[in-house]
Amino acid sequence: MSPHIQGGARPGARVFAALTRPTTLAQLLFLVAVAVLIIVVSLILQSNLDRLSVKSGYGFLLEKAPFELGESLIDYSAGDTYLRAFAVGVLNTLKVAVLGVFLSTILGLFIALGQLSPSTVVARVCRLYIETARNVPLLMQLIFWYAFLTTSLPRVKQALSPVEGVYLSNRGLFIPALDFGGAGGAIALSFLIGLVMAVSLLLWKSRDKAARNIAWPFWGLLLGPALAVFLLSGATVSLDVPQLKGFNFRGGITLTPEFLALLLGLTIYTAAFNAEVIRGGILGVAKGQTEAATALGLKRGQAMRLVVIPQALRIIIPPISNNYLNLTKESSLAVAIGYPELVRVANVTLAETSQSIECISIIMLVFLTISLSTSLFLNWFNARAELVSR
Amino acid sequence: MTERTVMLPPEANTSPKAWLRAQVKSPLGLVLNIAMLALIIKAVPPLLTWALLDATWSGADMNACPPKGGACWAFIHAKMRLILFATYPYEEHWRAMLATLILVALVLVSMNPLFWTRKLLIGWALGLLAYGVLMWGGIFGLRFIDSSNWGGLPLTILLTVCGVFFGALLSVPVALARVSRLPVFRTSAIIYVEIIRGVPLISILFMASVAMPLLLPEGFSPSGLVRVIIGIVIFTAAYMAEVLRGGLQAIPKGQYEAAAALGLGYWNTQFKVVLPQAVELVLPAFVSLIIITLKSTSLVVIVAMMDLLGAAKASLADPNWIGFYVEAYVFAGAIYVAICASISRYGRKVETRLRRARGYG
Repeated sequence: MSPHIQGGARPGARVFAALTRPTTLAQLLFLVAVAVLIIVVSLILQSNLDRLSVKSGYGFLLEKAPFELGESLIDYSAGDTYLRAFAVGVLNTLKVAVLGVFLSTILGLFIALGQLSPSTVVARVCRLYIETARNVPLLMQLIFWYAFLTTSLPRVKQALSPVEGVYLSNRGLFIPALDFGGAGGAIALSFLIGLVMAVSLLLWKSRDKAARNIAWPFWGLLLGPALAVFLLSGATVSLDVPQLKGFNFRGGITLTPEFLALLLGLTIYTAAFNAEVIRGGILGVAKGQTEAATALGLKRGQAMRLVVIPQALRIIIPPISNNYLNLTKESSLAVAIGYPELVRVANVTLAETSQSIECISIIMLVFLTISLSTSLFLNWFNARAELVSR
Repeated sequence: MTERTVMLPPEANTSPKAWLRAQVKSPLGLVLNIAMLALIIKAVPPLLTWALLDATWSGADMNACPPKGGACWAFIHAKMRLILFATYPYEEHWRAMLATLILVALVLVSMNPLFWTRKLLIGWALGLLAYGVLMWGGIFGLRFIDSSNWGGLPLTILLTVCGVFFGALLSVPVALARVSRLPVFRTSAIIYVEIIRGVPLISILFMASVAMPLLLPEGFSPSGLVRVIIGIVIFTAAYMAEVLRGGLQAIPKGQYEAAAALGLGYWNTQFKVVLPQAVELVLPAFVSLIIITLKSTSLVVIVAMMDLLGAAKASLADPNWIGFYVEAYVFAGAIYVAICASISRYGRKVETRLRRARGYG
């Protein structure tokens, strides 16, 4: 144990005593060991790279990427820079993650309600769904859905068409799109801005103690900007229906089998976990709360909206955002079925440039940024949502 | 003294009649029941027809299975050994099976803290020795089989057991550092745990299989199998450390004070008083981590190893058997489901037995 320091000891002796304490020495030793390890490993890395004559550093990002990527949200073609290819990858990751989060929450909610429903048969079926979907590895589900979508669906000529304008074939799902005649990008952007404003309004309202109705401002902020841009730009709206031309469909929105398989797998898998979280949240609100709300004269819907759901959300949000994070990370399994998200792009780049450390570090950095910012948000949310005990 | 009457809750009525009455009590329940039953009646018979009635059970190649017929279990019949053992030499499959059974038995025994004695350590030493001899061979007249030929279910189980075992070992110092009051250790543990939990497993596996040879001196790089295991261990340990930290923080302060009063130092306090209680507390969470690890091992397919999933995928490549992916994945998926379900059932059983043995509950 640390020697007892007399109050009158000289400062130098005190510092010396503090430094020679076993705990301090252990920490110093650990730091030195880590530093030595890092130096040795980087020296070895350098010599290995020299031997294999592989370049190092991130300069390759500005060089031309020789590969095509199947689909992208921004313009990309072979010959653009690697940096742009990575941007395509990140956007594709975010695209599937956002849609997956949305769909898996809805499906999970239904499964959770089914489990809690008065019908034993429905509850049993939901339970069976959860047990199966959770226990089959996600990668197997993805590979299965991809095989199904590419080999078991009819060819383009015999595409299934459940509704006029919607076609499902082994080349993917083709659905009609709204065509704004060139103003689509601006309208989408202004809708995003509206979304951000509407959400900030909600957050501001949750801090504001006074109860006031914000339905009008909310919808106004949400839809206003997009509507204004639409009207001001004088854009026309028309329905762009996919049509069979030659060997494939033209027009509308194409959802590739790779994207569909990934979205389907992620949704089905994550919904099982979300269902458990939502069920736990609903069961976690004590029954007395509902009874008290009824005793106060609240109607069933009001009791649900004002008493049960706010409390259930407090239980649900931390674990469900963990599920969302897992979904985002697991979208990286798309590398096995060829959907061009971040890991796929990095993998192709790695094969092209053999700069493995750089490519893998980019994957890690992007995902770290996503998960750290989510956990920062969560900490902030938890601090706000924490029950104030009086 | 006044007489007090205690009212017990009504006994749960489990007779079929009462159950039926509960089903039709609320209108919503009735509607849902009927709708779901209708769905089941619509969906199950075609499924059964496909899986059983119209199924083909034996045949030499794909011509035995009519294209529009039911399931082609003849495919599984022909490919079972390939899916289960992958590239392990055909005549030596019994060795892989026996070795895996030994490993599974050891794991099952070790999941119960009541068996944590010195004997178990000896059992592990002997078991691992037998495992190595059986899998590698090279002595006692057994043929030598390189670890790059290991595959299928034995590989899946090996990766899971190694990941969980070494991950658990590594997680103890990390968790202790994470709750330590020494800033250097605490910060290092936080950085390690947060980085690993923030990135996808596949990036760690890429790091292990592609980048690790670059970080080691030429010729010192371990085999592909060992590299992948290292990757899985690093990944699992971070999650286990986080779970264990929860257990450590749940130990009441009085335990530390009592240990200090007995004159125990840091290590004695941790290993004799705190950790045993913490591990028992987090056992259920550990069991779910084992299941997660088992499912995660399927990712080694992406770095070109052939575990159960990889073998199922490889079985589809035979030109004599084209297009039976449903059968292959149903078969392999059923194995995963069966293993995961039995792990979680066994975990619950151990939990109740442990609680009873400890005298609370």
